[in-house]
Amino acid sequence: MIDFEFTPEQKEAVEAAHKIAEELFRPISRYYDEHEHESPQELIDKLWEKRREGSLFGGLDITAALRAEEVCWGDAGLYLCVPSPGLGGAAIFATGTKEQLQRFLGNYNEGGPKWGAMAMTETGCGSDTSAISTTAVRDGDEWVLNGEKIFVTCGKRAMENPEGVVVVWATVDKSAGRAGMKSFVVQAGTPGARVEKMEKKLGIKANDTVTIVFDNCRIPYENILGSPEVRKIDKTETAGFKKAMATFDATRPIVAAMALGVGRAALDFVKETLEKEGIKIHYGLPRQKLTALERDVMDMEANYKAAKLLTLRSLWMMSQLLPNNLEASMAKAKAGLAVTKITQKAVELMGPLGYSRKYLLEKWMRDAKINDIFEGTGQINMLVVARRVLDYSRDQLK
Amino acid sequence: MISFSPTEEQQMIVNMVKQFASDEVRKVYRECDESGEIPARIVDTAWKLGLVSTSIPEEYGGLGGEHSAITGALIAEELAWGDLSVAMHILCPALFVYPILEMGTEEQKKKFLPAFCDENYKAATAALIEPRFGFDTYSLSTTARSDGKGYMFKGDKCYVPLAADADLLLVYAAENGSSQGFIIEKGTKGLEIGEREENMGIKALATYEVSLKDCRIPKDNRLGGDKGCDFERIMNCSRVALSAMAVGVARAAFEYSRDYAKERIAFGEPIAARQAIAFMLAEMAIEIDATRLMAWEAAWKLDRKEEATKESSVVKTYADDMVIMVTDRAVQILGGHGYIRDHPVELWLRNGRGFTTFDGMAIV
Repeated sequence: MIDFEFTPEQKEAVEAAHKIAEELFRPISRYYDEHEHESPQELIDKLWEKRREGSLFGGLDITAALRAEEVCWGDAGLYLCVPSPGLGGAAIFATGTKEQLQRFLGNYNEGGPKWGAMAMTETGCGSDTSAISTTAVRDGDEWVLNGEKIFVTCGKRAMENPEGVVVVWATVDKSAGRAGMKSFVVQAGTPGARVEKMEKKLGIKANDTVTIVFDNCRIPYENILGSPEVRKIDKTETAGFKKAMATFDATRPIVAAMALGVGRAALDFVKETLEKEGIKIHYGLPRQKLTALERDVMDMEANYKAAKLLTLRSLWMMSQLLPNNLEASMAKAKAGLAVTKITQKAVELMGPLGYSRKYLLEKWMRDAKINDIFEGTGQINMLVVARRVLDYSRDQLK
Repeated sequence: MISFSPTEEQQMIVNMVKQFASDEVRKVYRECDESGEIPARIVDTAWKLGLVSTSIPEEYGGLGGEHSAITGALIAEELAWGDLSVAMHILCPALFVYPILEMGTEEQKKKFLPAFCDENYKAATAALIEPRFGFDTYSLSTTARSDGKGYMFKGDKCYVPLAADADLLLVYAAENGSSQGFIIEKGTKGLEIGEREENMGIKALATYEVSLKDCRIPKDNRLGGDKGCDFERIMNCSRVALSAMAVGVARAAFEYSRDYAKERIAFGEPIAARQAIAFMLAEMAIEIDATRLMAWEAAWKLDRKEEATKESSVVKTYADDMVIMVTDRAVQILGGHGYIRDHPVELWLRNGRGFTTFDGMAIV
């Protein structure tokens, strides 16, 4: 039965997350935007406690997405600082063996705060992940990693706090192209891996985005995720690469939900401001009678709703064990673009209130933009959607 | 609990309507558009599917099925995928039946509903739109004045589908400034059906101007009696129906242009292999899906009898824009061929353009 009602548990999760967003995130939002790279230690400690109590975060289901939206409504940059296995964890969950899951994440909630990260992008490759040049060479019981990864979200926290994990993408055979692409788990403190540069960014400044250099970094042979074999099934697709992409089917809806949080923050600000000014949005009026402002606000609301429902659908499909590659990319493409537009329009509509750093709106516009870029740019997601709806392979539609 | 899966029963209805749309409607829709006529055979076949009559309670001669806005939205999309004129024609009696079903008095239900439980199609309609700039459903120019025993009407309506054939009309008019519905039977003095209108699109749907010149009806014919009707809800049901139909039209145009783009070779490869075309199609697919989900959500609210004005009007506005974006791009993807009437995309563009005008011409 088609149903849009959240379960009581989901509603509770939303309420709890909203409270945290309001009480813990919003009050320090501006400070950590202005003090880039300073760590919100108090927040991290509090959230780690909540995580250990099992009352917050984690998972890749509808509840997790709803929580992510609420917390990002509070602050998207700070959300990314929340101790969590992150994208690295998602990859381990998706492709790791039981033994690996136990070894890397088994004691995750014990001890101090921990982070996980995913290292994919390099200076020479962004969206085209098959062009990765970082190498992994087998040497007896070990893999030796060499190369440089950039734009690793949470990379510093993952590498420099005990028991953090970074999933690193590297090639075991450059001549094999995509088939040679494998992922490896590098644990915090492994010699030969060092964090080099913390990027200065447009937004989500509280979060660390770093370069990690692998210089003869040795990791146990068992740290490879998936099969070490280079199977040239055909030149375009391999099981290993597909698995990496399958991780995205699970994480893209969550990233879309994060985007929604930022978009809704801006939308709420606009609506509250209008309400204070006594300006009402007249839904249901014919077009020729709507003011430009009413049309803009309705358009923002529609775009938010469109992105939200696409996101929920992709998550629901996953919960039904239905393939959601198309739907996850639809959600991510729509959400990234929708919140970029919503926040930019909000700044326009609010005028001086929108542009001033006295309010958070200008920050949300800067924060929102990342959603159209990371976890697959809007264009890459459109490409996935296009291939799916056309039933084209990556060779047929480049 | 969040779910995007129709019930088994809804899926059966969807499959049935889909098959009818593809086997019957798609064979005749171009001819209908050119001639302005829809074969009676098509209408009768559709009526026998029971799309409207099923939800009439048994006590009035119907099957007593559930009347659901979600089901209505699913049906509207599939029929409109077949053809918008045919969809609006087939579902036209609902414009009269559903408001009576939901808001009519017991007498009104008893008197008017049984006629729609027959095997044969029975035309009935509603008159809402008025032929003037600035038309607003909330401030109608057509007036209903009460003299204690009955109502007297003055005003002009347009885009009244099937007005010439309809025995029963539900006319919306301003009564002391608020929009209310009134049942006017064919032959009532002062009710004048004008010439058939000629429009840019939905050319197979017969629509008429209707004039009310001191037309008088008994008091009992006020929809809902003394209580009146929930006009806002009727509008919301219309917005959802039209949004779902816009999705159907857009989906038709998307599928056709997608298939064309895969077959049309330029510079040695299908044009769909170029991102300029492929990205257009990707965006069309995303917006069609998004609009459908929004229509479902608004319908879901209506089924729960919740206030749904915001959801319904937001999705309707979005659907209006979406269907124009999609059908225009479909024409664009076909290029010169899209402009030629040998292909259907120009028809869908003409039909798609109308959604901003079609207030109250469909209902769930």
